Amino acid sequence: MSQEEFNPKILGFLCNWCCYAAADAAGVSRFQYPPSLRTVRVMCTGRIDPLFVLKGFAAGAAGIFAGG
Amino acid sequence: MEAGRSPNIEILSNTDLLSLEGKKGDFTAKVRIRPRYIDADKCTACGLCTKYCPKHLSDSYNEGLNLTRPIHIDYPQAVPATYFIDPSTCMHLQHGTCKICVPVCRSRAIDFSQKAKKRSIGVGAVIVAPGFGRVPDEALEKYGYGSHPDVVTSIEFERLLNPSGPFQGEVRCLSDKRHPKKIAFIQCVGSRDLGCDNGYCSSVCCMYAIKEAMVAKEHDPDCEITVYYMDLRTQGKDFDAARTRAEEQFGIKFVRSEVADVMNWGDKGLKLTYSTLDGAHHFEQHDMVVLSVGLDAPADAKKIADITGIALNRYDFAETSTFAPLETGVKGITVAGAFQGPKDIPESVTQSSAAAGMAAGLIKSQRNKGVVVKNYPAEVAIEDEEPRIGVFVCHCGINIGGIVDVPGVDNSVEGMEGVVYHTQNLYSCSQDAQEVLKDKIREYKLNRVVIAACSPRTHEPLFQETMRDAGLNRCLIEMVNIRDQCSWVHANEPDAATDKSKDLVRMGVAKARLIKPLPEQTVPVTRSGLVIGGGIAGMTAALTLAEQGYSCVIVEKNARLGGHLLDSRYTLHGENTADLVKRVTDQVKKNRNITVMTASELVTTNGFVGNFSSIIKSGSGKKAGEHTVDHGVIIVATGGSSHKPAKILGKKPPKGTRIMTQLELEQRLGGKGKNRAPGSVVMIQCAGSRGDDLNYCSKTCCIEAVKNALKIKEINPASQVIVLYRDLRTYGFTEDYYREAREKGVMFIPYSLDKPPLIKVATRKVEVSYDDPILNEKVTVSPDLVALSVGIVPDSTEELSQMLKIPVNANSFFLEAHVKLRPVEMPVSGVFICGLAHSPKPLDEIIVQAQAAAAKATMPLVKGEVSVEPIVSHVTEDTCIGCGICASLCPYQAIEMIKVDKKRKARTIVASCKACGICASHCPTFAITMGGFTNVQIQAQIEAFGATGETTGD
Repeated sequence: MSQEEFNPKILGFLCNWCCYAAADAAGVSRFQYPPSLRTVRVMCTGRIDPLFVLKGFAAGAAGIFAGG
Repeated sequence: MEAGRSPNIEILSNTDLLSLEGKKGDFTAKVRIRPRYIDADKCTACGLCTKYCPKHLSDSYNEGLNLTRPIHIDYPQAVPATYFIDPSTCMHLQHGTCKICVPVCRSRAIDFSQKAKKRSIGVGAVIVAPGFGRVPDEALEKYGYGSHPDVVTSIEFERLLNPSGPFQGEVRCLSDKRHPKKIAFIQCVGSRDLGCDNGYCSSVCCMYAIKEAMVAKEHDPDCEITVYYMDLRTQGKDFDAARTRAEEQFGIKFVRSEVADVMNWGDKGLKLTYSTLDGAHHFEQHDMVVLSVGLDAPADAKKIADITGIALNRYDFAETSTFAPLETGVKGITVAGAFQGPKDIPESVTQSSAAAGMAAGLIKSQRNKGVVVKNYPAEVAIEDEEPRIGVFVCHCGINIGGIVDVPGVDNSVEGMEGVVYHTQNLYSCSQDAQEVLKDKIREYKLNRVVIAACSPRTHEPLFQETMRDAGLNRCLIEMVNIRDQCSWVHANEPDAATDKSKDLVRMGVAKARLIKPLPEQTVPVTRSGLVIGGGIAGMTAALTLAEQGYSCVIVEKNARLGGHLLDSRYTLHGENTADLVKRVTDQVKKNRNITVMTASELVTTNGFVGNFSSIIKSGSGKKAGEHTVDHGVIIVATGGSSHKPAKILGKKPPKGTRIMTQLELEQRLGGKGKNRAPGSVVMIQCAGSRGDDLNYCSKTCCIEAVKNALKIKEINPASQVIVLYRDLRTYGFTEDYYREAREKGVMFIPYSLDKPPLIKVATRKVEVSYDDPILNEKVTVSPDLVALSVGIVPDSTEELSQMLKIPVNANSFFLEAHVKLRPVEMPVSGVFICGLAHSPKPLDEIIVQAQAAAAKATMPLVKGEVSVEPIVSHVTEDTCIGCGICASLCPYQAIEMIKVDKKRKARTIVASCKACGICASHCPTFAITMGGFTNVQIQAQIEAFGATGETTGD
């Protein structure tokens, strides 16, 4: 694998009812997407405390994805 | 699986029904349980016996495409998960030799002394659901089946596509194991074929052929696939969209034709000869030919009929009627599934719910007697213990293991804080894996479990149940999704998928260290229902609820009950719909359990499953009034009506006295007018549907057209009837009527969208011109009448969708919770759906769906309580400052402000809480915690996300 390739690590907060379900559905339909995302399931994006976003960046995330 | 786990369902597999005596409420069934030669209580399904068994057996589970052994299990997730010995091939049972398996089995489960056992079972009601049988071989042989190995049935092809199939999910020709590059599907094999006395349409083959073709394309995108068909019958909900996808996205070719034969073509493979509508003959080379075989009556249909006394139709399926689709001639015996007529999974599941509800209604006097309540061992208190985490990484056959390095992921947790045990599973969800999980919890005194497998959305309940069986609180499990959101979506990047899995598992373990047991909570249920809509669906649902002993209120917006069935006159089978409406309306009015509110509308609904409260507005003007109704469940039966197209075949809809809809024609034909059956009629199918303003198939229009055409021919045999259609979708047994119409001289002429028929309205006449594909020329006729099949639209679903927070699909029909598994339930608990508001469908299917919705709705009413997910929010009173931000933000009105010692405090109404956590993320004093999603847990996950360096080393 090339070292120069841009492989950002993205932290995602996925709503159980929509985005997490959609991510499951993407799997069932075998849609392929880049493996850069690491997900945290929440019961609603309303659960995302601003603190989580800051903590995510502090932990080294290149980006934060909120899916809801 | 769920049935296998229920303590109130006893599954007798390997068992024959010998006799059934008695009557409704008091039957005695005599059964013979064939020996398995294996003690089910001792067998651990380890599979060692199969490895040692020296004899081969054709694997019937894989359609004989590969070999298994006489001692075997059909597939790993089989219920019961007990092996069995096939007596016809076992060397010991045949010749008294061998017995190698006996010492091999460590749990000493093999017992050759087992004999067949007879048993008498007393029951109150019987449901007959033997499924379907195979079409006769003669129907297959004419396409070369049996003489060429690369001609396979669709069921064999399904096994070829399957990861647990003969080539582990690779599609290969059976002749030389090469990957086929050109595959043909031949439709209507053993269906719509009087040659094998199967005159009916099997309803499911077009759709499964499309599915199999799309999956085959996914396996090999370069593979060319052609489907040879007569009419493409994708009449189910959203099925046409799948067909379009197959054509446009997957490049699957559809050829309307009749296949003459399939011959061996030496090196080239197979030669398929077919003729198109214009009479021309063509041939085509294919590597593999798949025969889309129909569903026949079960092989032992006659025996079942003899034993139970139920009647069969001319094709040996169970005989039932339009108005009572699941009732057999014998009281107390209902039928469900494909034995009632060929059908797909959603409809079979719907029918079985309805049949179970009817059976439960029959025996309601015995309710709650003799029921086994599942007892769980007392929960072990773990609060004071250090976390002892067990990690189980699942291969999911090859679904995960084929891409992700599962052993690598398993090793990566070694040494993580708190992890005391880790292992891999082939299928974590199989019954034997649950036993292993319980054993390991005991052995290693685990108090937290991480399962890295599929989605918690589908499998968390299963593992939670196992946790309870093991004496742990069910919230002490954390699932990590490395299938749906990893191996499946990164199939081409195994290394990256493995890294992602390791990261996700590490995050899961970090959270697991902090998860805590949460208490179970239940809320009582108001034991009554609200039925929205007083058409045939709503009335049937209300009667079914009443039959089960529960009261309900029907809210109907019109002044009288009956809905759109009042506009109808007769059915295809000749039954009088007015009789049905009258009979059902009378039953509803007489029933003391049912309150009817006509000219009424639902204003608002508040609450949650078991505890809804609705305001209903009745009457108008001075008489208007509002009532509040408390109820436990809601059944939505708001119906649908004839579409009024804005465009027909790309043009403005024609108008005039000679133009009418099929429904208007039916009303005219059902009347008494002398000239009610016109001398000539042209019927135009899909007028406004499948491409104009409606994008879907309305399922019933073809049947309605055939019905009216036959009626015209009955009244006026000299009448000329022409039906212009795209795909004639008389599925199931209605195909017989289509044939009858053709025999009676009704002309059915297909048209395509590139050359649609033209309708010209002049002052005194109407002209229709169309391309006749058989004559291959343009034909113009001036019929007395043009009948348009306009399709069905749902009635005002958007408004109700907002009010009850239930979703609709792209075509504004309500969207069920799961198409196959929960076809009559809405995603909001306690809300059920039936009738045309769900999708267009004929009368018999509406009745069954209404019965099914009511049967499902009865479940919380019978239980008398609903359990609340323990992940709801909780306010810590000490830190709450009573600011009320949470209560104002909560979208479910699930937080109330109360006074505690004269101080304002927030409190969660647990049954309303959906655990979204908006309150928790906005609380300025962090006084609100979310069960299973606490701040510290999520922060631990975030920190573990950042801790990449430990494992990947970049």
